[in-house]
Amino acid sequence: MQINIILAGVGGQGILTIAAVIDHAALQSGLIVRQAEVHGMSQRGGAVQSHLRIADQEIYSDLIAEGTANLILSVEPLEALRYLPFLASEGRIVTSTDLFINMEGYPAMEHIHAELHRTNRPVLVSATELARQAGSARTSNMVMLGAAAPFTGLAPQELEASIEKLFAAKGDEIVAMNIRAFRTGKALSQHQATET
Amino acid sequence: MNKKLLLGAEAIALGALDAGISGVYAYPGTPSTEITEYIQKNKNGREQPVRSAWSANEKTAYEAALGMSYAGKRTLVCMKHVGLNVAADPFINSAITGVNGGLVVAVADDPSMHSSQNEQDSRVYGKFAMVPVLEPASQQELYDATRYAFDLSESVQLPVLLRLTTRLAHSRAGVKSAAARIQNPLHALYAPERFVLMPHNARRQYNNLLSMQEQLQEISEHSSLNRLIPGKGKTGVLAFGIAFNYVMEVRQAFGLDFPILKIGHYPLPKKQIEAFFNTSETILVTEEGYPVYEELLRGYFGLQNGKRIKGRLDGILPRAGELNADSVTHALGITKKEGLPIPSIMVNRPPELCKGCGHRDLYEALNAVMSSCKEQHVFSDIGCYTLGALAPYNAIHTCVDMGASITMAKGAADAGLRPAVAVIGDSTFTHSGMTGLLDAINGHSPLTVIIADNDTTAMTGGQDSSANGSKIQAICLGLGVEKAHLRTIIPLKSHLAENIAVLREEINWDGVSVVIAVRECIETAARKKRNPSANV
Repeated sequence: MQINIILAGVGGQGILTIAAVIDHAALQSGLIVRQAEVHGMSQRGGAVQSHLRIADQEIYSDLIAEGTANLILSVEPLEALRYLPFLASEGRIVTSTDLFINMEGYPAMEHIHAELHRTNRPVLVSATELARQAGSARTSNMVMLGAAAPFTGLAPQELEASIEKLFAAKGDEIVAMNIRAFRTGKALSQHQATET
Repeated sequence: MNKKLLLGAEAIALGALDAGISGVYAYPGTPSTEITEYIQKNKNGREQPVRSAWSANEKTAYEAALGMSYAGKRTLVCMKHVGLNVAADPFINSAITGVNGGLVVAVADDPSMHSSQNEQDSRVYGKFAMVPVLEPASQQELYDATRYAFDLSESVQLPVLLRLTTRLAHSRAGVKSAAARIQNPLHALYAPERFVLMPHNARRQYNNLLSMQEQLQEISEHSSLNRLIPGKGKTGVLAFGIAFNYVMEVRQAFGLDFPILKIGHYPLPKKQIEAFFNTSETILVTEEGYPVYEELLRGYFGLQNGKRIKGRLDGILPRAGELNADSVTHALGITKKEGLPIPSIMVNRPPELCKGCGHRDLYEALNAVMSSCKEQHVFSDIGCYTLGALAPYNAIHTCVDMGASITMAKGAADAGLRPAVAVIGDSTFTHSGMTGLLDAINGHSPLTVIIADNDTTAMTGGQDSSANGSKIQAICLGLGVEKAHLRTIIPLKSHLAENIAVLREEINWDGVSVVIAVRECIETAARKKRNPSANV
């Protein structure tokens, strides 16, 4: 088993929180993890990405090779497209449809949609809206993680346990809200993972 | 024992703590910052205290580390690759004096220049200083090698350079640790014949260093960081440092079994290299960084000892930038998998100053003043405020090395440029700006230095600055800046008119003036609010 995940977003959007949950869940599942991230200048509102690899055998490269990512999990729709060369032909994109516009020339949403739909059955998520339903717009990353969960190869209960651990210090209410957000996201994409 | 999920940088930190360091010395710099940060956060609970506060710059850090080693204790000193330029003087000379307590210098290179102005290869410095260099390939190897590096340093009485690159520094993996060793007792070394580098001592010490080279090579021959992965075929791959990972990835992904000689300990294990060359017709040399050893192995005339050598110099691997599995796949003549192309609608998303950052208000005021000047050159420096070079501000026109804003402005002023304006941050000013300002004052070079004082080292994530505690005013007065031309502004939108007026007055004045723009970094302020007890 080997799962290659590209996490994408804009500096400050919190993709490393998503990575931390997956990393921990994978380790708890007895798997091997390598996760390369971006620190430094790009974190100031630039495009950021993390290469996350999970396997049951030794992983050598910290970076994912082109055409071999099983999943692009993006918290911003344009950012999902930036890493298309990495996506395997049967790989999936799970992306938030919430735009983050902080530069000139941001493409029209219909063009982004068209490009996303050229990939293998993309899962598009209104993350902020669903997060609000779960209790707070700030849980949108856990909605995204939930939506991506069926494609990670990890058991949902391991991911939930990992969310609990990560947010434990912030109190039961915050934990419950993030778990709700995770389940909302998962409910949205569950059938899209299984149907062919 | 349970594995901890650690960044490569953190694996070094844990390795150093477990090796019994009494202190770490460093100046923040991507991708090395997290080494010292991890020690700062995790040193408590150890039997003996570990000092870990930030140093003013890499040179002061290195010299303090050498002093701690002189006193018999183990010490780690960390920096990014260009930081070793700053610390080069003590580094090279500490190879001549040698060390007492183990001294390991962890240097994080940044090939592909993710957050740097060049991609210089620190292995060249290791060769230059003639000290052992370790270049582990994985997070676990980093932990183990760090511990080993201290033993090695004490056994050969030399500093050991531990080289890593961005990809390993900023990638996480599970790391197993072993029982911690206790710290060395205080046992200062009285050895003026080694440490007083007057020519008669320096010559003897240098000869001693030269005579040790054979021994260092012999140690490399038996290092676990250098090993053969046997295989079949006429092509062998020489894989240095993290390049080993990409080579193994390709070997695994495509089910190949070519032989690999993994190198992670220098000077080169000559016998192993020779044996490897004897069994291969073609050798692919994969190095993360400069083709330092490829060049050496090819020889000046490229005779290659009858072997075919491939690598970065013949273009089969890219000459610049990081390696990856794809570039190694190509170099081995295999067709790599293709993903979809990046859609044509894609636009770049460059980094930017945070919304609400005081630097934005400073640049707005500065641009208003400069737009009415005939010459509109602003010399600047390294930090968050470097982002002022990008749209919409385009406010600064140089960024070369730490402190160069002030000294370049001085040189330009000496050449007759008016106005000569420099923008530098508080941490960069205490790193390397103060001496340049002294030069300007002593030389009566008319310039205006704007110190953007956000009370932190912001770009690397908000570490303490040596200027913390409003020291800048006193420093400037002490260096000889006239009180009337040492001004303070608050870069806020509501102060725009006033700030423009102050900047205009000082920029128009024909002498040395300093304007301190004081406003706390919004990220640091937010962090303090979230967690009042941390990091004060």
